[in-house]
Amino acid sequence: MYQYDEYDQRIVDERVAQFADQTRRYLGGELSDDEFRPLRLQNGLYIQRHAPMLRIAAPYGNLNSKQLRTLGHIARTYDRGYGHITTRQNIQFNWPRLEDVPEILGLLANVQMHAIQTSGNCIRNVTSDPFAGVAADERVDPRPWCEILRQWSTFHPEFAFLPRKFKIAVNGAAEDRAVIQVHDIGLDIVRNAAGELGFRVLVGGGLGRTPIIGEEVAAFVPWQQILNYCEAILRVYNQHGRRDNAYKARIKILVKALGVPEFARQVEAEFAHLEDGPSTLTQAEIDRVASRFTDPVLSPLQADAGYRARLAEDKTFAAWARRNVREHRVPGYASVVLSLKPHGVAPGDLTAEQFDAVADLADRYSFGEVRSTHEQNIVLASVREADLVALWQDARAIGLATPNIGLLTDIISCPGGDFCALANAKSIPIAKAIQERFDNLDYLFDIGDLEINISGCMNACGHHHVGHIGILGVDKNGAEFYQVTIGGQQGNEAALGKVIGPSFAAAEMPDVITSLINNYIDHRHDDERFIDTVRRIGVEPFKTRVYAERGARQQAGEIAHV
Amino acid sequence: MSDIIKNGRIQADDWTVLRLAEGEEAATVALPAGRVIVPLALWQARRDALLEQARAGAVGVWLAGDDDPTALAADLAALPVIAVDFPKFADGRGYSLATLLRTRHGYTGALRAIGDVLRDQFFFLLRCGFSELQPRAGKYTAAQLEAALASLRDFSEPYQGAVDRPEPLFRRQPRRPLAREAA
Repeated sequence: MYQYDEYDQRIVDERVAQFADQTRRYLGGELSDDEFRPLRLQNGLYIQRHAPMLRIAAPYGNLNSKQLRTLGHIARTYDRGYGHITTRQNIQFNWPRLEDVPEILGLLANVQMHAIQTSGNCIRNVTSDPFAGVAADERVDPRPWCEILRQWSTFHPEFAFLPRKFKIAVNGAAEDRAVIQVHDIGLDIVRNAAGELGFRVLVGGGLGRTPIIGEEVAAFVPWQQILNYCEAILRVYNQHGRRDNAYKARIKILVKALGVPEFARQVEAEFAHLEDGPSTLTQAEIDRVASRFTDPVLSPLQADAGYRARLAEDKTFAAWARRNVREHRVPGYASVVLSLKPHGVAPGDLTAEQFDAVADLADRYSFGEVRSTHEQNIVLASVREADLVALWQDARAIGLATPNIGLLTDIISCPGGDFCALANAKSIPIAKAIQERFDNLDYLFDIGDLEINISGCMNACGHHHVGHIGILGVDKNGAEFYQVTIGGQQGNEAALGKVIGPSFAAAEMPDVITSLINNYIDHRHDDERFIDTVRRIGVEPFKTRVYAERGARQQAGEIAHV
Repeated sequence: MSDIIKNGRIQADDWTVLRLAEGEEAATVALPAGRVIVPLALWQARRDALLEQARAGAVGVWLAGDDDPTALAADLAALPVIAVDFPKFADGRGYSLATLLRTRHGYTGALRAIGDVLRDQFFFLLRCGFSELQPRAGKYTAAQLEAALASLRDFSEPYQGAVDRPEPLFRRQPRRPLAREAA
């Protein structure tokens, strides 16, 4: 992963000093709540239901073992013994004290980490493919470009107080695993007909209250110009994005209001002034940034006989390998996903001991590095095939080998009403109830690929719009209810789910999922996935089934009429 | 007289910022005595009458967040000061306005931040080309303002180019690849 140089280190050190002073002035009464709020938010610090929540940046999901151990130490010392991987590849702690935050930031700076711009109306952590650099379908490694964007956006003086938050994602592979279509700017690294590198630029995607799929604003921006082009987009947005209504302030609303052609025209007009200016990138700078990524140099290895034999004779191991092990671009290596979705645990949670244990696994099996995923799991990117059995055994011992990656119980969920002050409803208990209902592994395997995404409110941190099944917490006369969508999808064919009908009480949710699954199983063709069946037969048969079976339960007196 | 920050120091300042009150018209409102910074609408309504005073260093213009800086393009050489208003410190349009005045329109005169100007934004304001920072009267005690000067230097080597340092860090400083550093 990227190694800081003296300038990178100085910036995070200066940030720690700045925030320590701001916190001191706030606690001393010199800064009002309103004045301190954006300052703490731009350091990832929310005031939450129970205590401040601190969101720490994992740039494009990259973490090393030293950083993981520091996170474990923070969980143990300043929190209640656990932390949480977010849907934007960051790490959150739910229980630190405000007074301790400057000290925590100091510990993070010691291991090249920070909480800069993890919240607030500014350019947020850049996200990307957790399999960057190792995926077989990769065109270009997105990480150096993510790092260049990170540096450009860090304390950008013109764009620190945008109308609303601003998220950038970068994809460099055939299959988009960074969900670039639902970001404020989605960058797709491409080559033009002449073989030159550049970016296809999407703008105005996003989930939240008004979910929109991003649209192409430029088919090809040469790599040298990408910072100039982003600056043009941000300047148009900073000047003309709405500031009168926070719900209408994202760039997607501006793009919709102007229309893509007019928005693109304004960006091009601005870009015409910036093109070839001082922020133009050079090959030397790209090479320098790339050189600071300490990737192992891997040579192809012979297929491992022990691994193959174990696959044939051990069904439990084979099940794990089938779901949690992924092809690597170098023969003899694989990528492994550690599941943070054991049944009955809040999705994405890691205990302090697990942070340490994951650090050990990284050191032992994957060159000391891991990646967090937006699905809230952890990837060991480069593991020798010959080590897979040992890794599996070690991962099982710490509860991180549930063979459910991409299955129904690999649920994406925001922290929800248990923690978040914004939530209408709880998310985690719904995830747990569904995991308990679908506890039979053979049945889960039979159901196959299925993504359930849960958000506790319209802000959509759980990405419910792009879940094959999306669950949204809503407030109904002061009670917690859940609206269900189906047909959402991430990736190249990104789509927003459709609402199936009136919302449900929490206790009904496992039955609702059961009805959806049974309808799928009754209609599916051969190896058809849930999402493909929905696309083929439409929402209606699912809707009919769910509400018919709900009616029957009400008739039988199993649930109250609501 | 109020205090402003200019050239890294606190200085007494005698400009009056004229804001139109309810019912006052740009075309007819009486100007206060002394040096005055008027809203763009007033400048546009009474430009011919005010141009000489501007040239004499007694009238400047302030822009609101939604004003178009090209409206002043013909007058940049005549104006002794242009101010940009921050109605709330979290309203960031002024950063783009200042950047455009400096880089697009080539304005080299005094550029002042007025309104909700707080010390924790000083660094960003300077980077976007402001040369004068005017916190609201009474916002800071003399001691607090003195302490706030430290915020002008929050970061020593920012990554990206901006008005104050147009070149990004990778052009300003020799940043090394990892291999050479290890060698």
